[in-house]
Amino acid sequence: MLLIPCPFCAMDRPEAEFRHAGEAHLTRPPDPAAADDAAWADFLYHRANPRGVIAERWRHVHGCGRFINVLRDTVSDRILASYRPGEKRP
Amino acid sequence: MFEIAEAPPATRLMLRGAPEVAARAGAAFGVVPPLEPCRANQAGERAALWLGPDEWLLLAPSDADATKLAAALEGLVHSLVDVSDGTEALLLHGAGAALALSAGCPLDLHPDAFPPGMATRTVLGRIGITLWRRGAADWWVEVARSQAAYARAFLAEAGRGW
Ligand SMILES: [Zn+2]
Repeated sequence: MLLIPCPFCAMDRPEAEFRHAGEAHLTRPPDPAAADDAAWADFLYHRANPRGVIAERWRHVHGCGRFINVLRDTVSDRILASYRPGEKRP
Repeated sequence: MFEIAEAPPATRLMLRGAPEVAARAGAAFGVVPPLEPCRANQAGERAALWLGPDEWLLLAPSDADATKLAAALEGLVHSLVDVSDGTEALLLHGAGAALALSAGCPLDLHPDAFPPGMATRTVLGRIGITLWRRGAADWWVEVARSQAAYARAFLAEAGRGW
């Protein structure tokens, strides 16, 4: 089981307390009606899915309840960093 | 070995707001909601458990009156909800309680990692609970009313030994 450092609880917490919430740092087009199909599809569906480090959102649903951002290596499954929403990706 | 007992009915209030809400609530409630993560403050029969950076569970005797607290928070952006009937509490007492909890809770419950005075939401088997360690061998397990039978059976089974 992964241990995910929660920046709000200030400690490592077991993966079972979290829900995965997809890729982090996606920006919703500010005016959806003005966005063309390609831009909207990019926002809705197209994900980086890298072999390597990815920034993901996780929600500490059985804990502080907060969404957090996590850097995870998809090859080794190691957690490299976690940080609060709104903070810069380290 | 350990015992499982049902806690007496209590008043449970879910408080949400900024740190100044916690400070003002503390003066009216009698226990200051902790700002330090995963901590519980206790004074007499009242307690305040940190659940999130802006969220606390306030516990008081069942005849407690929340109107004074609500009045004290007047004018501050906050949420104060009576959730007394949503959950009940199982009281675990005994050296084997931590081991039984560990059968379904993935947190490290060693006293160095989860010392008395620590409280947090977590999981037990297939359900979510709020776990508060009141003493070295004393636990307060807050569990949804409809899931209390599950929690009780789970802990009894886990504590049965092999
Ligand atoms: Zn957390």
